[in-house]
Amino acid sequence: MTVTTTTAPVGTRTDAGDTGALLRVQNLVKHFPVRTGVLQRIAAWVKAVDDVSFEIRDGETFGLVGESGCGKTTVGRTILRLIEPTGGRVYFKGQDVFALRGQDLKRMRKDMQIIFQDPFSSLDPRMPIGTSIAEGLHVHGTKGAEADQIVRRVLGEVGLRPDHARRYPHEFSGGQRQRIGIARALALRPKLIVCDEPVSALDVSIQSQVLNLLNDLQKEYGLTYLFIAHNLSVVEHISNRVGVMYLGKLVEVAGREELYANPLHPYTKALISAIPMPDPTLKRDRIILPGDVPSPLNPPSGCRFHPRCPVAIGICSEQEPLLRNVGQDGAEHWVACHLVD
Amino acid sequence: MAADTFLGRPISPLTRRRIDNFRANRRGYGALWIFGVLFALSLVAELWANDKPLVVRHAGNWYVPIFATYPETTFGGIFKTEADYRSAEVQRLIEDEGDGWIVWPPVRYSYDTYKKDLPPGVGAPSPPTAFDNWLGTDDQARDVLARAIYGFRMSVLFALVLTALSAVVGVAAGAVQGYFGGWVDLVMQRFIEVWTSIPLLFTLIILASIVEPNVWWLLGIMLLFEWVAFVYIVRAEFLKVRNLDYVRAARALGVLDRHIMFRHILPNAMVSTLTYLPFVLTGAVTLLTSLDFLGFGLPPGSPSLGEMVGQGKENPQAPWLGLTAFTVLSVMLVLLVFVGEAVRDAFDPYKAVDA
Repeated sequence: MTVTTTTAPVGTRTDAGDTGALLRVQNLVKHFPVRTGVLQRIAAWVKAVDDVSFEIRDGETFGLVGESGCGKTTVGRTILRLIEPTGGRVYFKGQDVFALRGQDLKRMRKDMQIIFQDPFSSLDPRMPIGTSIAEGLHVHGTKGAEADQIVRRVLGEVGLRPDHARRYPHEFSGGQRQRIGIARALALRPKLIVCDEPVSALDVSIQSQVLNLLNDLQKEYGLTYLFIAHNLSVVEHISNRVGVMYLGKLVEVAGREELYANPLHPYTKALISAIPMPDPTLKRDRIILPGDVPSPLNPPSGCRFHPRCPVAIGICSEQEPLLRNVGQDGAEHWVACHLVD
Repeated sequence: MAADTFLGRPISPLTRRRIDNFRANRRGYGALWIFGVLFALSLVAELWANDKPLVVRHAGNWYVPIFATYPETTFGGIFKTEADYRSAEVQRLIEDEGDGWIVWPPVRYSYDTYKKDLPPGVGAPSPPTAFDNWLGTDDQARDVLARAIYGFRMSVLFALVLTALSAVVGVAAGAVQGYFGGWVDLVMQRFIEVWTSIPLLFTLIILASIVEPNVWWLLGIMLLFEWVAFVYIVRAEFLKVRNLDYVRAARALGVLDRHIMFRHILPNAMVSTLTYLPFVLTGAVTLLTSLDFLGFGLPPGSPSLGEMVGQGKENPQAPWLGLTAFTVLSVMLVLLVFVGEAVRDAFDPYKAVDA
């Protein structure tokens, strides 16, 4: 059994330098203060993200899954500096994202974009969509006819008509709005797009359209996605590698086939057993987890999953399991569980 | 699809719906028209309530005393000061000796015209007369109708300027508080709480003993207290909207904070501010009136409804004073409230348009 530190789970790498990964997240921590009283004294901390490390390689899709409130959205937003981190490092193209200020930060924003979950709140209702899409171009110095041309082109790329640019968001359906959100992210030709549950709010029929669009765009422009979702079948459809989060911690990271065929962490097993199957005659053993996700205000000791874990033993409540690589023959399969070896 | 336009500007369907909603509220729409006409008329009050004639014809020449100043010597008098057209002597000079005529405005008094020719045995305040002082005179023998007209104009203008300025200051302060939150919000909020505990009236009384009060002083001091009214609603709107995804998207695109505040959040936060405006306006009218009533408002001699209310209280034997002030004030406030209600309804997202 190899026990490594909790740095980025990429099996072949040992040095701390550049690994060719587009994005490297190291020991990311985000705690939100809970303030009370007139003096706004900090009464407690919500440990939304607690020591999370992973890497995303150029051109791949990294799926990040977990229940609501497990911190996956916070991970995405912290990487983009929409939320300031409490600790840890994020390297994008070898650059320390958290150290960037002013113009450097602005330049980096051009390369990292985000697509949101709710297509209704993600567009300014008082702005024609063309203006919304062009805003990023204006900020980064592309103006006038050139910007108009780019807006028309990206609208075409996401399957809308260029003359839609003058319409307002309320004139579009949810699926169309999500395409507009993708067009806005795409206009700057970013390297990395954080997709924050981009299909969770859409009808199932529209979901596959949007997922296929994301796939096509990735192939065409060599995009890299951090794909955040709570739906394992969606993640299976789109990801190359998948990370599973529970209560602010990464519990398992592996390639897609490996993870779905051979889940090691009891939480991952339970999640995968809950994926609906299109064949009603197929009988499966569902793993039903007792209780709710505990509060991240006061997470359980040891392994955070132990109060709900069907196979927990004594050590689980005492010692926190480290994320370590248990993959065979150089393959990577990272898991944080005392019972796996 | 042809773009919808209003007053020559392209508008969104949402704006169209709001305009239709406003028009559908017949009471508010009518009130806006009536108020608009009254206000427009009061803006040109000099043309129809003035102690100077509109046109004078004298010795073959034309004169326009409401726009130009002519010494009495122009008409053959002896004084080099401006002609007092209301005096029988000047009228005699123009009409009899100059073979001319005078075109008077319908109301031959301005707000500061003292009636010097009260009939014998009648003191000020004098009761209404059919052809001269339609609503009587006040206790300084000034025409009540003229003072009501100019007082209405003064109230509305003062309230409009005060509301506009306090909206600018209040919205800016609320925007900063709501957008940045945290310590900025906390410190400003505590400051406002302390600030609003200072009583306006006592501040004015103290200041009145130090400086010579005029309209601009009064406006400035009231502005110091009125802007707070907008802070809470704008702050609340900003706190709500700043967490929406389109604001996050703008930040991810690298848009500057001030552009996010004024291009994205403010237009979406203006709805509640706009619905609040007419009621701040009525509040400003009432505030000015009550200060004038107490004698801490506009400087003496200014046309003021509050002062007229005060005179009505001092002179119960002259009911035309109190009744005039009461009628003008209540009509003005009722019209403004009707308009305010219609504006509020127009911006109500849950209200359907009656087809």
